[in-house]
Amino acid sequence: MTAANPNRPRLVLVDDHGMFRAGVRAEIGAAVDIVGEAASVAEAVAVIGSTRPDVVLLDVHLPDGGGPAVIPAVLPATPETRFLALSVSDAAEDVIAVIRAGARGYVTKTISGPDLVDAIRRVADGDVVFSPRLAGFVLDAFRDSDPGPARSADPELDQLTPREQEVLRLLARGYSYREIAAELFISIKTVETHASNVLRKLQLSSRHQLTRWAAERRIL
Amino acid sequence: MMRTMTSTAHLPANPPRLYRNSSGRLIGGVAGALADHLGMSRRVVRAAFLVLAFCGGLGLLLYGAFWIVLPQAPYGKPEGAIRTAAQYVGAALAAAFVLLLNMHTLPLGWWFLPSVLACFGVALLWRQASETDRERWRRLSRSSLSASAGDRIGALRVAAGVSLVLAGGGFILARAGISAVGVGLAAMLITVVGIGLITGPWWLKLVRDLSDERRERIRNEERADIAAHLHDSVLQTLALIQRNASSPREVARLARSQERELRSKLYGGGVPDGRFAAALHAAAAEVEDTYAITVDVVVVGDRALDARLDALVAATREALVNAAKHAGVAGVSVYAEVADPVVEVFVRDRGAGFDPDRIDPTRQGIRGSIVGRLARHGGTATIRSAPGDGTEVRLRMESA
Repeated sequence: MTAANPNRPRLVLVDDHGMFRAGVRAEIGAAVDIVGEAASVAEAVAVIGSTRPDVVLLDVHLPDGGGPAVIPAVLPATPETRFLALSVSDAAEDVIAVIRAGARGYVTKTISGPDLVDAIRRVADGDVVFSPRLAGFVLDAFRDSDPGPARSADPELDQLTPREQEVLRLLARGYSYREIAAELFISIKTVETHASNVLRKLQLSSRHQLTRWAAERRIL
Repeated sequence: MMRTMTSTAHLPANPPRLYRNSSGRLIGGVAGALADHLGMSRRVVRAAFLVLAFCGGLGLLLYGAFWIVLPQAPYGKPEGAIRTAAQYVGAALAAAFVLLLNMHTLPLGWWFLPSVLACFGVALLWRQASETDRERWRRLSRSSLSASAGDRIGALRVAAGVSLVLAGGGFILARAGISAVGVGLAAMLITVVGIGLITGPWWLKLVRDLSDERRERIRNEERADIAAHLHDSVLQTLALIQRNASSPREVARLARSQERELRSKLYGGGVPDGRFAAALHAAAAEVEDTYAITVDVVVVGDRALDARLDALVAATREALVNAAKHAGVAGVSVYAEVADPVVEVFVRDRGAGFDPDRIDPTRQGIRGSIVGRLARHGGTATIRSAPGDGTEVRLRMESA
C-alpha cells in the first residue's frame, strides 16, 4: 500500500463529464488526495498506471467502453488499486457488469459529499461498499434458490448463506455496518466479512441467471 | 427546433446520387438527373433522348422507364416544370409527332401505339399510387419465388408463370418441331439474361433506396419524438426552475421530479403496470412531488396487485408522508421484498425520531392509516423509533 495516511486516500477520478469531476473535486477535495483525472478509458489506463492511486472513482459509462473496460486493463499492473463504481443510470446490467469486472463497491451520482468520502475511505481500507440499491440487486439476482443448469465447480458460490442474506437485507434497508452489527449481535468485522464474501460470490459465481437477470431488469 | 434539425441532414453526395431533379426540369427531370450524375451537359443528354426517340421510340421508352424507377430528389422544391397549358399542348403534339413518325419503322408495327398507351396508363397508376400501395406492389413483384406458403397471390403467380412457360414450349414444339427448340431456348435465355443485366442494377438500386428512405424516416421520427419530449418536459422544468430560483426546496422538487421522469423514459419499461413494484414507485413519486423530499425505492421481487397489496402500498405511502412531515430530513429510503407468502416493506429515515409510546392518541396517521389499515387486511405494522435516532416503519403482509 502506497498510502501513508489511510484517512486521506489517493484518488483518481474517471468521468467523461468535466463538470461532474469539478463538482466532486470541490466537494471531497479537502478529504481525499485527488492525484489524477481522466475522461476516457485510454486516459484512465494511462493515469492510473502512472499515479498508482489507492482508489479509482470510476464512472460506469465512458465514451470508449466504460468502467468495465478500465479495470481489467490496469489491474494486472496495479493490483493494490481499488475501484469504486459510480453511475447515474442505476441500471442493473451496468452495475452487475462493473462489479463483476472487479469494482469493490457501487454508489450513485446523487450520493452526498460526506457519504462519498466515507465510501472512498472504506474502499481504500479494503472494505466493500454496498449501496441499498446494489444490495437489492444482489438479493434479487440470488433469490432463485436453483442456480440453474450451468453449475460451477464450486456450488458455494451460487448461493448466499442465510446470514449473508440477512446482512444484505439490512444494507438494502439503509443500515450502516455499525447498525447491522448491533442489530444482528455480531462484530462490525463480521459484517465486513459477510459483505466481502457476497461481493466475491457476485464476481465469481457462474450462475447463468445473473447476467440474464441483469439484462432483463432494466429498471431504475 | 425541428427545422434546424432537418436542415442539418443535408449531406453533400459525392458523386451526386441518381435522383430525379426537380429543379430546372422540363418533363420529369430525368435528363437532368442523368446529366448531373454523369457530369455531362443537360443539353447533350436531352438531345440524346430526342435522337433515341426517333430510333424506334427507344428514347421514349427509356425516358419513361427512368421516370418510373428514379426516386425524386429528397430536398428542394419542384420548379421549372411545364406550367402553362400551351406548353402541355406543345409537348403532347411533339410526342404524337414522334410516335407517328416511328409508326412504320416500329418492330411492333401497329401494336406499338396501344402498348405505349398501356405503359403510359401503368406509369400514371404508379405515380398516383400512395407509398404503401407502391410498397405492396414492389413486394409482390419481388417475392414470387421466395413467397411463403401462406402467400396465395405469390403462389398463384408462380403457377401461372410455370403454365405459361409450358404452354409456350408446347406451342414451339407443335409449330416448329424439335430442331427449333434449341435455337428458341438459346434465344430466350440470351434475352432473359440480357434483360436481367439491363434492369438488375435498377432493381437493386430501388431496393437500396427504399431501405435508405425507411431508415431516414425512422431517424426523423425518433428525432421528432425526442425533441417533443424535451420540449414538453425538460424545457418546461428548466423554465419553472428559473422562476423558482429563490426557493431551493421548490428547485429540488422540480429537479427530482424531472429526473424521475427522464429515468423512467430512458431505463424504464421493465416495470409493468398493475404490479406491486410499479405501484410502490408511483406512491413514492407522489410523496416526492408533494413534500419535496427524495425517496429511494429498492424493490426485490414483484407480484400482481391485489386488495392486500393495495393496502400495503397505501400504508407505505402514509409512512412516507409521516417521514416527510415530521422527520425533518431530505431523504427517506424504502426497501420492499416480495417473498412467497410474505411481502415486507421497510420505510426508514434518519431524522428526528419520536417515542412511539407517546403519540398523541387523537392523531390518526399511524394508528388508523398504517396499523389499522394493515390489520384489516391481515397485516402488521411495527414502528421502531427513538428521539434523535430516526424511524423505521416495518410493514408486513401475508398473501392470501
